[in-house]
Amino acid sequence: MNPEERHIFSVMVENRFGVLARVAGLFSGRGFNIDSLNVAETHDKGISHITLVTHGDAQIIEQIYQHLNRLIDVIEVTDLSTGTHVERELVLIKIATDDPQKRTEILQVAEVFRGRVIDMKPTTLVLEITGDEGKLKAAIDIFNTYGILELARTGKVAMLRGSEKQ
Amino acid sequence: MELSGAQILIDGLKREGVEYIFGVNGGAAMPIFDALYSETDVKLIPMRHEQGASHAADGYARATGNVGVVLATSGPGATNLVTGIATAYMDSIPMVAITGQVFTHYIGSDAFQECDVIGVTRPICKHSYLIKSSDEIADVVAEAFHIAKTGKPGPVIIDIAKDAQMREALFQYPETVDIRGYKPQVHGDPEQIAKAAALIKEAKRPMLYAGGGVVLANASEELRKFTLNTQIPITVTLMGLGAFPETHPLAMEMPGMHGSCCANYAFTDSDLVVAIGARFDDRVTGDLGKFAPNAKKIHIDIDASCIGKNVPVDVPIVGDAKSVLTELNKQVGPADIDPWRAQIQEWKQKYPFEYEQKGDNVMPQYVTEQIYKHFSDAIVVADVGQHQMWAAQYFKFTEPRQWLNSGGLGTMGFSLPAAIGAQLGCPDKTVVNINGDGSYIMTIQELVPAISMKLPLKVFIINNMYLGMVRQWQELFHGKRYSAVDYHDNPDFALLAEAFGATGIRVEHPDDVEPALEKAKGINDGPVVIDFIVDEEENVFPMVPAGAGLGDVIRGLS
Ligand SMILES: Cc1ncc(C[n+]2csc(CCOP(=O)(O)OP(=O)(O)O)c2C)c(N)n1
Ligand SMILES: [Mg+2]
Repeated sequence: MNPEERHIFSVMVENRFGVLARVAGLFSGRGFNIDSLNVAETHDKGISHITLVTHGDAQIIEQIYQHLNRLIDVIEVTDLSTGTHVERELVLIKIATDDPQKRTEILQVAEVFRGRVIDMKPTTLVLEITGDEGKLKAAIDIFNTYGILELARTGKVAMLRGSEKQ
Repeated sequence: MELSGAQILIDGLKREGVEYIFGVNGGAAMPIFDALYSETDVKLIPMRHEQGASHAADGYARATGNVGVVLATSGPGATNLVTGIATAYMDSIPMVAITGQVFTHYIGSDAFQECDVIGVTRPICKHSYLIKSSDEIADVVAEAFHIAKTGKPGPVIIDIAKDAQMREALFQYPETVDIRGYKPQVHGDPEQIAKAAALIKEAKRPMLYAGGGVVLANASEELRKFTLNTQIPITVTLMGLGAFPETHPLAMEMPGMHGSCCANYAFTDSDLVVAIGARFDDRVTGDLGKFAPNAKKIHIDIDASCIGKNVPVDVPIVGDAKSVLTELNKQVGPADIDPWRAQIQEWKQKYPFEYEQKGDNVMPQYVTEQIYKHFSDAIVVADVGQHQMWAAQYFKFTEPRQWLNSGGLGTMGFSLPAAIGAQLGCPDKTVVNINGDGSYIMTIQELVPAISMKLPLKVFIINNMYLGMVRQWQELFHGKRYSAVDYHDNPDFALLAEAFGATGIRVEHPDDVEPALEKAKGINDGPVVIDFIVDEEENVFPMVPAGAGLGDVIRGLS
């Protein structure tokens, strides 16, 4: 087996129903994994931007790239891992704050990760944290020790730096 | 001018030059069938099963190079198309499949005969459209035909809600199609082509390996020129047979599992393989670890995702075979490879396709040879199994689109309906259908439209009373445990043909083979079915067992 690598694909697609199913089907039908997926409309209403994280050996990654390109509704595919890029992900974490002491501690930790409190109830609070993969992992690991009630992540969004084009 | 959605669809088909549309009627497609009732330019061919209709459209497309069109209703009509769509997809056949869909307001409600045909067919089509409004129809039809026939061709599905078929809209057919995400690369990269030409000049044991892509790209002329220019021996795959004349001294015949020993040995010893519109299919390469181990590879293909998928490639060239070969032809000359050509000739002479006559039995290979002798110019449509391999081996094809078969999906039941499509597309040609007893009965009902249309099809059944290809594997690899392959309980196909209203002939003795074929030649007011009762347990050789390398081919007799 060749070494496995993680790749981030930025995929510009027609903003039509069924497009996501075509992209996802390409993975499920071949037994390739999607590690994370983010889809949303861009500033151009006709175009959606998919950021897709996957892994595999070089041959699989090449196959994924080619098969994405082959879809009629795919306008452009960029393998961001081949250039320098910026990436961010947002996570919402709901934590139990049964006693005030614990709540203070959690808020201090949140500060370290530049987290924002977006909801606070007598026994719970919801934090919003943004960052790259390493930062989110570190944050989640720590908050886990306080007991995470619920967690939701957006999946990665990413783009090339500057005017780089591959 | 305001027209119904159904009429817009038909007018669109006319704009695309559609001659025939094969179909089976049903509730959700009735407005379209109604519009076809009084239509004379686009002729509706009612078939007996949607699978048959899809293969007929496919056969028409393979024989003519035009887009084949099939029409079915929603639900079961659409699901019956699935095999035909997948068959066309695997062999990259240009096809447009139109399905009726339930009313828009019923979609998603599990309505009567509702099926998510877009979902079902997603992995087996090049693209698909669900139309919910009449004013989308014209644009979609234009796009669908453009996509089906350009680049690497393939089936495109248009699923139209019944209300969209009925409601009126303005008919405005687009003059051109521009899809921003779809720009097939036609011309190969000049640098890569130059690299390929250089490799070809250096090689001492080069070979050409051409596939169905050459036929699809109508690049047979260019391939012939290239082969004659370079004088490099050539093998043509099951999907490409006829792209280069098999009667030519440079032709090594087909490679792979049941291919010629010559082609398989050539791969094993070659130092340069030039693949043109061929995809290193596992049935061709055998064990990849042992495939052409000493050869550099040049791979010319319109589909970038095909290159390097199975075999590492030294010089990839993405482009249309016709365009790339035209460029290459400017840069190559005769190869200085006499010893290699002599080696090829030796293999060719030493290991021809051969068989042993067993007593008085009608040998299937003998029948195939005789079919070739009597119908050498015919379009041959084969089904799937041993008879298909014998047809590929013993018939010497000389023209592209002369040999039609389901190579990729290996769909039993393909051939009779495909022969109907081929005959309609090529009315001046003789169409021979070489069928198996197992395959024939899978779509036997399509004899009915063939008879109604008085198509002079020659249906030749190589009847070994078995699912022969599977029986062969059971004999060789499962200790002769003939599980579910015995077809001795089939009806008498000659009598059955007569009952349908065709001419039926039963042949049980070798001496009767030629007279029966001569008789078939003379019957031109409808199909003739000859049931050749052949040796039951004859096997196809040579054979590269699954998982073995091409060099380990079992030769059979010699
Ligand atoms: C639809 C379908 N079902 C099953 C198979 C598996 N299969 C491959 S060849 C074959 C036997 C075909 O029998 P027949 O048509 O009699 O041809 P023969 O091999 O005897 O010449 C079968 C069952 C297939 N290819 N297609
Ligand atoms: Mg049989």
